[in-house]
Amino acid sequence: MSYKFFPHTEGDVRAMLERCGLRSLDDLYGDIPSELQLHRDYALPEAMSEVEVRRFFDTLGSLNRTMTCFAGAGTYDHYTPSVVHDILRRSEFLTSYTPYQAEISQGTLQYIFEYQSMMAELTGMEVSNASMYDGATATAEAMMMAVAAGKKRNRVLVSAALNPMLVRVIDTYAKFHGVTVEMIEQEDGVTSRADFEKKVTQPDVAGVIVGIPNFFGIVEDYTGWADICHENKALLIMTCVASTLGVLKTPGEWGADIAVGDGQSLGIPMSFGGPGVGFLCTSKKLIRKMPGRIVGATHDMDGKRTFVLTLQAREQHIRREKATSNICSNQSLMALFVTVYMALMGKKGLREVNEMGYSGAHYLADRLVKSGKFTLAYPDKPFLNEFVVRTDLDIDALQQECAEEGIHAGIRVGADSLLLCVTEMRTKDEIDNLVELLTH
Amino acid sequence: MNNTYYGKLIFELSQEGRCGYTLPKNELKEFELSALPSQLLRVNEPELPQVDELTVVRHYTNMSNNNFGVDTGFYPLGSCTMKYNPKIDEEIAAHRDFAVLHPWQPIDTVQGALAVYHGLQESLSEIAGMSEFTLNPFAGAHGELTGLMVMRSYHMSRGDDKRVKVIVPDSAHGTNPASAAVCGLEVVQVKSLPDGTVDVEDLRPLLDDTVAGMMMTNPNTLGIFEQRIAEIAALVHDCGGLMYYDGANLNPLLGRCRPGDLGFDIMHINLHKTFSTPHGGGGPGSGPVGVRQGLEQFLPNPRVTKNDEGFYDINFTDESLGSISGFLGNFGVILRAYAYILTLGCENLKMVGPLATLNANYVKESLKDCYELPIEGVCKHEFVFDGLKDKSSGVTTLDVAKRLLDYGFHAPTIYFPLLFHQALMIEPTENESRETLDGFIEVMRTIACEAHDNPDMVKGAPHHTPVRRLDDTQAALHPIVTFKELAQ
Repeated sequence: MSYKFFPHTEGDVRAMLERCGLRSLDDLYGDIPSELQLHRDYALPEAMSEVEVRRFFDTLGSLNRTMTCFAGAGTYDHYTPSVVHDILRRSEFLTSYTPYQAEISQGTLQYIFEYQSMMAELTGMEVSNASMYDGATATAEAMMMAVAAGKKRNRVLVSAALNPMLVRVIDTYAKFHGVTVEMIEQEDGVTSRADFEKKVTQPDVAGVIVGIPNFFGIVEDYTGWADICHENKALLIMTCVASTLGVLKTPGEWGADIAVGDGQSLGIPMSFGGPGVGFLCTSKKLIRKMPGRIVGATHDMDGKRTFVLTLQAREQHIRREKATSNICSNQSLMALFVTVYMALMGKKGLREVNEMGYSGAHYLADRLVKSGKFTLAYPDKPFLNEFVVRTDLDIDALQQECAEEGIHAGIRVGADSLLLCVTEMRTKDEIDNLVELLTH
Repeated sequence: MNNTYYGKLIFELSQEGRCGYTLPKNELKEFELSALPSQLLRVNEPELPQVDELTVVRHYTNMSNNNFGVDTGFYPLGSCTMKYNPKIDEEIAAHRDFAVLHPWQPIDTVQGALAVYHGLQESLSEIAGMSEFTLNPFAGAHGELTGLMVMRSYHMSRGDDKRVKVIVPDSAHGTNPASAAVCGLEVVQVKSLPDGTVDVEDLRPLLDDTVAGMMMTNPNTLGIFEQRIAEIAALVHDCGGLMYYDGANLNPLLGRCRPGDLGFDIMHINLHKTFSTPHGGGGPGSGPVGVRQGLEQFLPNPRVTKNDEGFYDINFTDESLGSISGFLGNFGVILRAYAYILTLGCENLKMVGPLATLNANYVKESLKDCYELPIEGVCKHEFVFDGLKDKSSGVTTLDVAKRLLDYGFHAPTIYFPLLFHQALMIEPTENESRETLDGFIEVMRTIACEAHDNPDMVKGAPHHTPVRRLDDTQAALHPIVTFKELAQ
């Protein structure tokens, strides 16, 4: 039986069974009716050595193609400093669980406190929870939070300029949770203010969800939106690409009630879409309506400053069906990831990342437009590092051609439109090369 | 573990003008961000710390020394299945050929990633006795919610809109009723018998045509196998409901029993428990959801499929319950779990359940003379004591748990399940040696003696941890949750 993950010798098993008054391992299952037991081995491959496991994943890995990335749409190719990976591999962080025993979990509790502090700074909000799953589920949770806070109100207005991936998840949660989702039309790439002002006056609107930036990369002007929401007793929810808040006007500054989104853009590898880290920040007033775990500062009996899970009376293990949410496990380790990232980058680093993305994206847009073969889909609208171009060329064929050169040339968003993104990872040469392939 | 507490915050190490990163030079400076309209830019810069690289490294390294993980020592946290997390799985998850994939890359450039997804999906189906799995849910509770959405979608597809109730045992994890509520279902609680199993006589009158289904954990939260499961499943099916299996306690069944063969229709698995992906301080986890034949079409979008030529694709369908995640879940966790299953292979996977169960019974039998064992008999992977046998000293389960920390063990789960006042829920996994268990048993016996001889000392525990007992009442009364609030 000797196997690297099982320390039991035959002698151990015999002695341990004896202590239990049993004769064989089968006796441990004597309470399960035989007809319910599995009387065969799993139809799965035999054990692999480490060498074989490596070879297996090398082989599958070789079926993927790593590409020069000009795609965004919710997942961004940013640089990860080496330090972050190194800290994340520390097994004291990696192999611990939820910090229920605060006396031996101050490492986890403290980084969550730092994470909450940094996310509150980044979003301009007062408080943050300890993390959610991803940006999409965080947005859906914000929707449910607004509905819960709005008592009998159960309609939520969602900008049609939001990432469709977010809208799909919002729709699913809404359908089962009994929330009515109504879209606010988009006009020329931005959320229609007229349509918003018309729809928000309905008496059952609990919340309004808009994006920073929106799906088309446009940085919308939400001046006055919060006031209009509040006059109509609705909460304003902003779903954001975390990294961009290093420079863009924050949900807090727009007067939003809840800021949500995905922290993946804070240096987390794209990893085929996960894990990222959902965030949810709000005002102190709404803290008891907030889903998920929260860490607070306190003291131990010797007076040392310490940190502890707090406000647990909102959570599922206490409130059961009356809880604010069913979330239990979150994405804690990824919260550590973005915390270390933000500690290294600081405000200057985040600004620089955004400046480089802006410069690269505007250079790319400029060159594509100057080629005469592309136009900006929304020429009057400001964007940061992501934008939509239109063309009469065959987009599928262009993307295919780029793919053959190892370039992921954005995401098609309609028959004649392409959503492109540039981060600090792209060099001028790479951009020039893309332009060449798209316009030759 | 280092007993010297390191309690500084990164913000307190910050000095204006320090910096911890480098980036390439901006070659395209002619396009300047300041060209954006000023009303779209943030006014105040975020007050993030300004620190050099070594300061960051030392800070988080010192913080990690305040933490206890499976690699530090024995972690018998009941219902959490704190297994050893194999190191190779971390390397596989960081493999460059997977880590730099954008989710919307052309489908023919991600065939390896989809093969991993599909391979794990199929492995889980075989292990659980289900027809198909989705790996999209991010955690166990997310899996429960997804599974209940499958349940409701099934009823809705038959035009049966009156099924709004879900039956949950009173011993269930809090996530079960919470997930049901999020899914828009009404929770009906069924009582447990004194031995902790579902009271079938209490269940019968609850079953009618408003029942969407029943959620069960088997073995239940007391570590007891529900022997009447076939009868319960038949009753629920007869009234038109579906059976949901909460996979929190799947570990002891590995190699011995499959939820699909027990009559369950829908289930989730916690990859971070049964398939050994690291808990990461509370995530990222993964909660794949499996369904029996006939329910596959309701699984969430997108779904990964394989055609006859061996080509993998990503599909969205209208019959699906919809999307519950941005993309295909926590792919990094999926990689680790698949590596774990391939590493163990069929011959070792089948030993997981029996060895975990043996370990639990060994600890139980070795301690039941000094701790109150409310339910006799063979348990599965975990069991519950109702505090010390001799309660005269006033030493509580909380005190015992805190005293364990002094001896270098993580505490068991305490005060859950709610069926007992002093619940102490112990789960040693299959990775623990007899010597480790003997060490734990000895310490537990010592604590029982200390409780008798020197109760005040035990009530004041822990004494040797980086920090001592915390004032959590104060924390909840006046919540301070950011550095800004703390500095005020």
